[in-house]
Amino acid sequence: MKNMMEVQALTFTYKGSSEPSLNNITLPIEKNKVTALIGPSGCGKSTLLRGMNRIHDLYPGHRYDGTINLLNSDAQGYTDILAIKKEAELIRLRQRVGMIFQKPTPFPMTIFENIAYGLKLKGVKKRSDIDDAVEKALRDAALWEEVKDRLSLDARSLSGGQQQRLCIARAIALKPEVILFDEPTSALDPISTLAIEEMISVLREKYSICIVTHNMQQAARISDFTGFMYLGEMIEFDQTDTIFMKPSIKQTEDYISGRFG
Amino acid sequence: MATRQHISHKFDEEVEEVTSNVLSMGGLVLQQVGMAVTALLTRDKALAESVIEGDVKVNTFDVKIDEQCNRIIVMRQPTATDLRLIMAIIKTTNDLERIGDEAKRIARQAIDISARGTIPEQFDSMEQMAERVKDMLNRSLDAFARKNIEEAISVINLDSKVDRDYENLTRQQITHMMEDPRKIPASIDLLWSARSLERIGDRSCNICEYVIYLVKGKDVRHIDIKELEEQLEQ
Repeated sequence: MKNMMEVQALTFTYKGSSEPSLNNITLPIEKNKVTALIGPSGCGKSTLLRGMNRIHDLYPGHRYDGTINLLNSDAQGYTDILAIKKEAELIRLRQRVGMIFQKPTPFPMTIFENIAYGLKLKGVKKRSDIDDAVEKALRDAALWEEVKDRLSLDARSLSGGQQQRLCIARAIALKPEVILFDEPTSALDPISTLAIEEMISVLREKYSICIVTHNMQQAARISDFTGFMYLGEMIEFDQTDTIFMKPSIKQTEDYISGRFG
Repeated sequence: MATRQHISHKFDEEVEEVTSNVLSMGGLVLQQVGMAVTALLTRDKALAESVIEGDVKVNTFDVKIDEQCNRIIVMRQPTATDLRLIMAIIKTTNDLERIGDEAKRIARQAIDISARGTIPEQFDSMEQMAERVKDMLNRSLDAFARKNIEEAISVINLDSKVDRDYENLTRQQITHMMEDPRKIPASIDLLWSARSLERIGDRSCNICEYVIYLVKGKDVRHIDIKELEEQLEQ
């Protein structure tokens, strides 16, 4: 199976910091699989995730060393996304590698417009194309049935779980190849959490997914691969079964069994 | 019993898969017991040998189901009914594996008895006991599959009959042994097999107790049948 992304020997230093926050990280993101990153607060998992679509670069001055390869759209060869310089290309990158944040971030507009907005920016003009794309994205995000009769309502009238699914719909409307989830359920109740988790396991069929989560059980439930990070290093990376049933490194075992961290 | 689906379909699939493995294992064990008893009663050495070989398949199920349960515990963190189901499965599997061992033991006695060439008398009551035990095992699996408490209780009720069969058989064999000491080795073999059957009955009852635990959430081990029925009425 081809990797969708490959983080290789990545060292990342925040602007103004003398110590790197990520140290020599290597991580494959396999195609059509869910890869989870776990580790205690401050271990660098979100920093790593945010490097993967260069969203750090919204503020300039950070330093990347190493490479992050993204499989080309024609599946022939890879492009190092760290080499991207032009702003327009970075925007294109973030369409290919979408991101969902911890707190739902609906735009202050209608449910429909929330999704149509990105499509229009991307240059989709025909009204019927937009309608179709909005419906499809909402269906994929398992939200269509709940909102189809009130698409013109303000998105902020939705519940937290629905808002998060709307944000996911917004990301997938742009047809990304990779979706990065940064703690997508930590602000949600357990049932909304399960709904998002179930959606992620369905989305895997079309997209490659990387998720950062504080909730180890969530990683166990939904991911195929898990990386355990600590103090900016990738301590152990393996199949999720192996990490949770028979990790090879003591530190990983201590963390997942609640003995430290 | 509530059978609403989980939000995670994968979880439902995993639970279904492991449950169906338990039932397949049960079917296999039941077959092993039946063949072992037939081998004993008909002095069929070849059949007995195939029972001994077949035990490997039972053990493979045991290991596989344990692995699946491990996975479910780690990946799904089962709670409430799900947790009780996984506990019941792990325990049921253990009992089924041991029933498989008893079948193997009976098959070994069958080989010994066939080598000796003499059949102790009173095979009739052995046959009757074997039928009862097979019925108990079969119905305990059925109770498990359908999560049926009434069936589980009726199986537990049958155990005293099997105990009585065993006592009768023991008494008869003692009489034979006293009458003719040359029959002692064969009678002992037969009693060992009867003992195995009696244990299979006990283990079938265990499975039924897990079914009650699964459905009612009540632990009814280590109490007699009267107490059990009282507890379930509450």
